[in-house]
Amino acid sequence: MSNAAEFPLLSLILFTPLAGVLVLLFVNRQSEHLIRLISNVTVGVGFLVSLPLWFMYDTQDAGWQFVERHAWIPSIGADYFLGVDGFSVLLILLTTLMGVIAVLSSWTAITVRVKEYYVFLLALQTGMLGAFMALDFLLFFLFWEVMLVPMYFLIGIWGSDNRLYSAIKFFLFTLVGSVVMLLGILAVYFYHHSVTGVYTFDVTQFHELGIPYDLQWWIFLAFFLGFAVKVPMFPFHTWLPDAHTDAPTAGSVILAAVLLKMGTYGFIRFSLPILPEATVAFVPVVAALSIVGIVYGALVAMAQKDWKRLVAYSSVSHMGMVMLGMFALTPVGITGSIVQQLNHGISTGALFLIVGIVYERRHTRAIAEYGGLSKVMPVYAAIFLVMTMSSIGLPTLNGFIGEVLILQGIFVVSKFWAFVAASGIVLGAAYMLWLYQRTMFGNVDNPKNESLPDLSLREIWTFVPLLILAVWIGLYPKPFLDRLETSVDNVMERVNNDYTPRLAAVAGDGADDPAVALDTAAQADGGPVRGGAR
Amino acid sequence: MDFIWLIPLIPGIGAALNGLVGVRSFSKRTAGLVATGAMAAAFLLSVVAFVQLLGSAERYHKVTVASWIPPIPLETANGIGSFEVPWAFTLDPLSGMMLLVVTGIGLLIHIYSIGYIDHEPRGGVARFFCYLNLFCFFMLILVLGSSFLVMFVGWEGVGLCSYLLIGYWYKKKSASDAGKKAFIVNRIGDWGFILGIFLVFFTFGTLDFREVAVAAAALPVETAAVGFGVISLICLLLFIGATGKSAQIPLYVWLPDAMEGPTPVSALIHAATMVTAGVYMVCRNAVLFTHAPMVMEVVAAIGVVTALMAATIGLVQTDIKRVLAYSTVSQLGYMFLATGVGAFAAAAFHLMTHAFFKALLFLGSGSVIHAMNEEQDMRRMGGLRRHMPLTFATMCIGAVAIAGIPPLSGFFSKDEILYRTFLHSPLLWGLGAVTAAMTAFYMFRLIYMTFFGEYRGPAPDAEGHGDGHGHAWHGPHESPRLMTWPLVALAVGAVFAGFVGVPAALGGSNMIEHFLEPSFTVPGAAHAAEAAHHYEVEWALMAFSVLLAAGGILFAYRNYVQRPEAADELATRLAGTHRLLTNKYYVDELYDATVVSGSMSSARGLWRFDGGVVDGAVNGTGWATRASAMISHVLDKYVVDGLVNLVGWICREGSYGFRRAQTGLIQNYAFATLVGVFAFVTWFLVGR
Repeated sequence: MSNAAEFPLLSLILFTPLAGVLVLLFVNRQSEHLIRLISNVTVGVGFLVSLPLWFMYDTQDAGWQFVERHAWIPSIGADYFLGVDGFSVLLILLTTLMGVIAVLSSWTAITVRVKEYYVFLLALQTGMLGAFMALDFLLFFLFWEVMLVPMYFLIGIWGSDNRLYSAIKFFLFTLVGSVVMLLGILAVYFYHHSVTGVYTFDVTQFHELGIPYDLQWWIFLAFFLGFAVKVPMFPFHTWLPDAHTDAPTAGSVILAAVLLKMGTYGFIRFSLPILPEATVAFVPVVAALSIVGIVYGALVAMAQKDWKRLVAYSSVSHMGMVMLGMFALTPVGITGSIVQQLNHGISTGALFLIVGIVYERRHTRAIAEYGGLSKVMPVYAAIFLVMTMSSIGLPTLNGFIGEVLILQGIFVVSKFWAFVAASGIVLGAAYMLWLYQRTMFGNVDNPKNESLPDLSLREIWTFVPLLILAVWIGLYPKPFLDRLETSVDNVMERVNNDYTPRLAAVAGDGADDPAVALDTAAQADGGPVRGGAR
Repeated sequence: MDFIWLIPLIPGIGAALNGLVGVRSFSKRTAGLVATGAMAAAFLLSVVAFVQLLGSAERYHKVTVASWIPPIPLETANGIGSFEVPWAFTLDPLSGMMLLVVTGIGLLIHIYSIGYIDHEPRGGVARFFCYLNLFCFFMLILVLGSSFLVMFVGWEGVGLCSYLLIGYWYKKKSASDAGKKAFIVNRIGDWGFILGIFLVFFTFGTLDFREVAVAAAALPVETAAVGFGVISLICLLLFIGATGKSAQIPLYVWLPDAMEGPTPVSALIHAATMVTAGVYMVCRNAVLFTHAPMVMEVVAAIGVVTALMAATIGLVQTDIKRVLAYSTVSQLGYMFLATGVGAFAAAAFHLMTHAFFKALLFLGSGSVIHAMNEEQDMRRMGGLRRHMPLTFATMCIGAVAIAGIPPLSGFFSKDEILYRTFLHSPLLWGLGAVTAAMTAFYMFRLIYMTFFGEYRGPAPDAEGHGDGHGHAWHGPHESPRLMTWPLVALAVGAVFAGFVGVPAALGGSNMIEHFLEPSFTVPGAAHAAEAAHHYEVEWALMAFSVLLAAGGILFAYRNYVQRPEAADELATRLAGTHRLLTNKYYVDELYDATVVSGSMSSARGLWRFDGGVVDGAVNGTGWATRASAMISHVLDKYVVDGLVNLVGWICREGSYGFRRAQTGLIQNYAFATLVGVFAFVTWFLVGR
């Protein structure tokens, strides 16, 4: 465990949005312009303070970084314990960036109860960031549950048509999963006590545990319900299209880009390292559900008449791909899975922004209402095209990197799975290009579309970061993959006893170099500690 | 040669300029010049690189530009490997030849496009050139890529550009449909390609072409006796990819529809370069394929059947571009036939000559369409040779070349293929020869219908009547020099390109075959023993195919020039066949009825399932919860609370009775006391 900085960087990132909430509370609800300004500044600062994570994260350090630890509820052994590895660094950065985009995209879309809206949006940021930082299982659970509340209100108050149904469905569905998950957490907690005599929710301690297989099996099932609902995996996905369709644009963006990643993050942070044997045992089940999700989500997306619902179902398909890569339990597959989580955040987040822009202008999501928009909104059409290509995995854009790593990673495990899963790339092209054709190509048949304004400068700026990331990850993903290396290896070591982490392998190769030999010695010292508890 | 990565990059920069700046602010001329300038630079660099390659001893140069996917450990068939793909490019004889074809013909087509696309609005011109440059960027990546995955980048990228350019006139439903169809059909092929790539990595632990070839060369050839092994599976999967990109059975259906795109696009992408990518990919993996002879048979069979089938459809098409499209499918079939019989050099040679004459024919047809005010139906043309002599002359050269009349380029490449096929299997050769005769027929049918006979087209606009572009159409006319000049250049190529491959039988040295040979083997491999020369056989075959071609041309002359009504008579006599051919064997209808409507109805069915069953279960749970809540509510209200209320009621009702006793009248109390005393006394006396 390294303390790369004495400075509590994670807390700063975590509480910046909350500070914004505090300021907002003192602003008159009538001064909407000021409220918008403060919210935008808050998320902007939130993103800036998270940037040091990118630069200061040490890719050569396999331990937890930026660790902060304070007693929280000493009587039950719960701590305010934050720390990050490669997975969380990337997801935190995604969260702060999507926060900026979500807030910026709401400028003109939200006109009622403006103050409450931004308060909820900012509070949601803190909830999500906390879940990605927490190394205390109870603290994680707290943030996990806290996220539900603002999202519930965002959908329920600022949503469209069927918003109350969708909001309640979202809330209850997730809650049911979480309750079962809490049982799992408690089982680990009490098992840890029974073995060590210490009551703690310390996840890093749990990572060293060797829980008996039978107990692992049940705990895995409990975690699985909690996380699979959030991903969402088939057949727990039906809250997603409703929530997405009825959520306001920013809500959909955050939901797709960040909230869904809670589920996959939960698997990689908790299920895989704490329950390695059960994970291996569950691979066929999870892989089967993932593959069904890939094909099923894509086919159902093809049948949609509602633009936003189509994108929502495409999420089911893409998240199936993410889960498949993770449960390949190969370094390539897991790396691809994390990259694909970022990619899904980028491309699907952008696709929801894209729907939101015409929804704001026309107040309809029906695909049949549109057509020929290329003519009236050329910039919009160009951005939509790039994001469509990103979503269907065109090489040189981000989606391809994720898909190739995932499919190559799963291919070495099962050719059959790879054959079926790869059909998703055909179906993905079919539903996305058909959508693009129906909305962008042809003549402007609907007179209501004739004078739609193209993107404003503010709207263009909501896309610019996503476009840059899409091309960057597509052409030069190395900086992202480098940040994942040690974290992937840590998980691999847990689920595969024979796995040699790359750092150790490299150090072993260069043993004749004195400087490297020193490193090797350090490695050798550190090695048994990390893997020793098994 | 270290600069070869610049060759794709320059058109890429051109595309970015036109796409980001040009669409808003470039004039038509600037947009064209930027794109054409980029291609000219790429062509010059390619020539320099090619010359350097010729001068180098090793004739293999690999440049690693940057990391793309850094190494990640992954198990392979031979233990733990490392999945790693750098941005690396290779110049060798095969990629060098393709480089010249793509940049050279690409440059000519860019020049032609400046004239062709001039009718479009300003932003549209920049958009067109942006796509065209982007295409060259990806095509050059495809050609130069050192590894399967880098090639795949170009492979998918050219697919995107093809999609965008087919759908260039996106307001037309047929155009956007055709673009979408091209993309999706290609994706089906790519499904095979990418799985083939995964299997290559799993088998060999690397994706570098050279390393894979070296590793594969050490493995046994998977003959029928050895069995269908992993190399065979790899080759089959790769070939699925090739059938998509190079429009072979069963995935050829997108290419004829792709003619919806502007004609220079058809020439560049759907004739000269992109569609040959499948052939190129198979040639690139010659070592793998020669280790999978069973798959080679499949390749040859698919190739020859596609060649024949497309040629028969081409016999009856009346749209000038569709004739050329089916001709392209057919010629690509030839190339696959060549690879299938192991004549990789012949395939690459035909790829190169075909690029010249087919680009020429397409550009010529574009010139005709331009002259005819966007008319594409040959039945409404005729007699155009008087109006556009240069187009006529150059197109004739193209037709003679493709028909295989010596000494034009098509003759040498096609006869090399037929000769090598004959040595492999006379049956395949027979099918190939029949196709050759048909090719000569439909090409000259095109020439005769378009340029000979009487003019059958519309009358020129009267003075002052606009044609929608704001200027009157004065009847068919020769195209501007920007368009005819590239025709002449390509015609020169179509005439002379064949001389690099004059066979030994005709006193040549088959230069191109010797030049390309290193690309199809591994370094240090023993030279394949020179096949015994059967000059007599070769001469006989040549004479025979020239005769067939001449017969085809003559037949076309009789039916379309001497007695124009003869063609219609023939069509009536063979009405059934004619209908089958005009409807392209109903393959599109078959696919619509099976694959397309099948996936659409399963999509709709699953959607209903999702709402009814999966979400039904969720809502059912919700409903059940609410129902049980209601029951609890009823229970609570009437049973639980009822009990409470009952107790209260009993108390209350009971208390009414007692309350009545509390009258406050002393007489009543006294009376009650009396009754009580009396009762106790009675009980005491009687009971005891």
